[in-house]
Amino acid sequence: MDKPKVNHDYKPPTSYDEMFFGASNGVGILPTVNSGFRTFHPEFDHEKCIKCMFCWIFCPEGCIDKTEEKLAVDMDYCKGCGICAHECPRKCISMVKDGEHDE
Amino acid sequence: MSEKAFLSGNEAAAHGVRLSRPHVVSAYPITPQTTLVEKLAEFVAEGNAGFRYMMVESEHSAMASALGASMMGARAFTASSSQGLLYMCEMLSYVSGARHPVVMVDANRSTATPWNIYGDQRDALSMRDAGWIMLFVESGQEALDTVIQAYKIAEDPKVMTPVMVNLDGFTLTHTYDMVEIPAQDTVDKFLPPFTTANKMSLEDPKTLCQTVGPDFHAEGRYLQQEAFGFAKVIIDEVDREYETFTGRSYGGMIEEYRCEDARVVLVAMGSVVGTTRIVVDQLREQGEKVGLIKIRSFRPFPKEYFKQLQKKFDAMGVIDRSISFGFEGTVFSEVKSSMYGSDTKLSNYIVGLGGRDIPKSLIEEMFHKLFELAGGKDDEEVQFLGMRWK
Repeated sequence: MDKPKVNHDYKPPTSYDEMFFGASNGVGILPTVNSGFRTFHPEFDHEKCIKCMFCWIFCPEGCIDKTEEKLAVDMDYCKGCGICAHECPRKCISMVKDGEHDE
Repeated sequence: MSEKAFLSGNEAAAHGVRLSRPHVVSAYPITPQTTLVEKLAEFVAEGNAGFRYMMVESEHSAMASALGASMMGARAFTASSSQGLLYMCEMLSYVSGARHPVVMVDANRSTATPWNIYGDQRDALSMRDAGWIMLFVESGQEALDTVIQAYKIAEDPKVMTPVMVNLDGFTLTHTYDMVEIPAQDTVDKFLPPFTTANKMSLEDPKTLCQTVGPDFHAEGRYLQQEAFGFAKVIIDEVDREYETFTGRSYGGMIEEYRCEDARVVLVAMGSVVGTTRIVVDQLREQGEKVGLIKIRSFRPFPKEYFKQLQKKFDAMGVIDRSISFGFEGTVFSEVKSSMYGSDTKLSNYIVGLGGRDIPKSLIEEMFHKLFELAGGKDDEEVQFLGMRWK
């Protein structure tokens, strides 16, 4: 999956001397995943999917990955909003409660 | 060589801006600031301004543009007044929190409604907690000099906090006086080009104006408060250093005028300082022991100065051109809380609202009241003076 990697080496400031200045910080820092408030997650029916990319363009978090042959979802950042499922013209995305099916 | 010119306060401030060599000026006109930004536009039209003038569609955009320029490492300037300042209010805390040293002039004017284009200090003082250093000047000359000093203060690596230079609407912005304009090379020596690491750069990329949640937010605010502590020292230092270049200084945060053996003193801020100075001179000639304390820096507030006064004077009056409804004059609150524990008698005189004249006779009345207060008279703490009716 072609996505920004969580930087496990990131160390938050440990003193005032290390504090970031004002509201400025380094770049390329992805210190945490952000999907904690997800209840449902999207699952694809790849038989029906025609890769029209509606989900890819509508996902507000940019979580749809198209680098592989089949579309995939970046579960580290998917909030479970269901917009992809709602917009899918082939209705091949279903919202499944976290902890069920293949998750 | 410096030169002398007959300038309005706004024009004097504009020369201060020009001499500070900003890269970007973004502004939207509003009375009584208009002639300041017109003068800056004129410098551009003459072709030797050395800065870009951004015409923006609102004051909010004026400050947002100044922030953007500052984020590129540019020296930025803007100016506004009254409703315009209130409209750019949101951007004031953006600039200060991100620690970008923008300098602005506020031509102090009342706030609507009732609509009023004339001078008082309600606009700036309502922005007290926006995180800006707030300096108030007494004359056109001081406006010019203070704009130049403001960049030096704002850009100090320990301060890195924006500065608002306040000059009273019309009383200063539109009155003319002889002003000495320093030579460009003098100012260049005093104020070197702005350099900062806190900017957008392809070599050292940064996230700017990021989100900071509860985990690190308070530490950033602590550092802002610490910067204001440094500013207390830097404002005085910069003012003294400026004197070595131009021969002019203003006491830094505060100036005492004829206070040595004074029994009663008035505390004033802005153009009314000039009038009070004259009244103090006149009363001194009559043998009255009166003095004046000029507050030049409202934020940071010279708390330590007022605290050490203890019982130096029998009575002190604070002149306010604003009021915090339901409490008292804005400046009075600061003086009173700084003097907590002192038993000096204090009075607050609310005057000059919405551009009402503050004549010498009114200042004399204040000193008269202060002598009565010192003599033991029981008087109202907060008083509106110069009113139409009793």
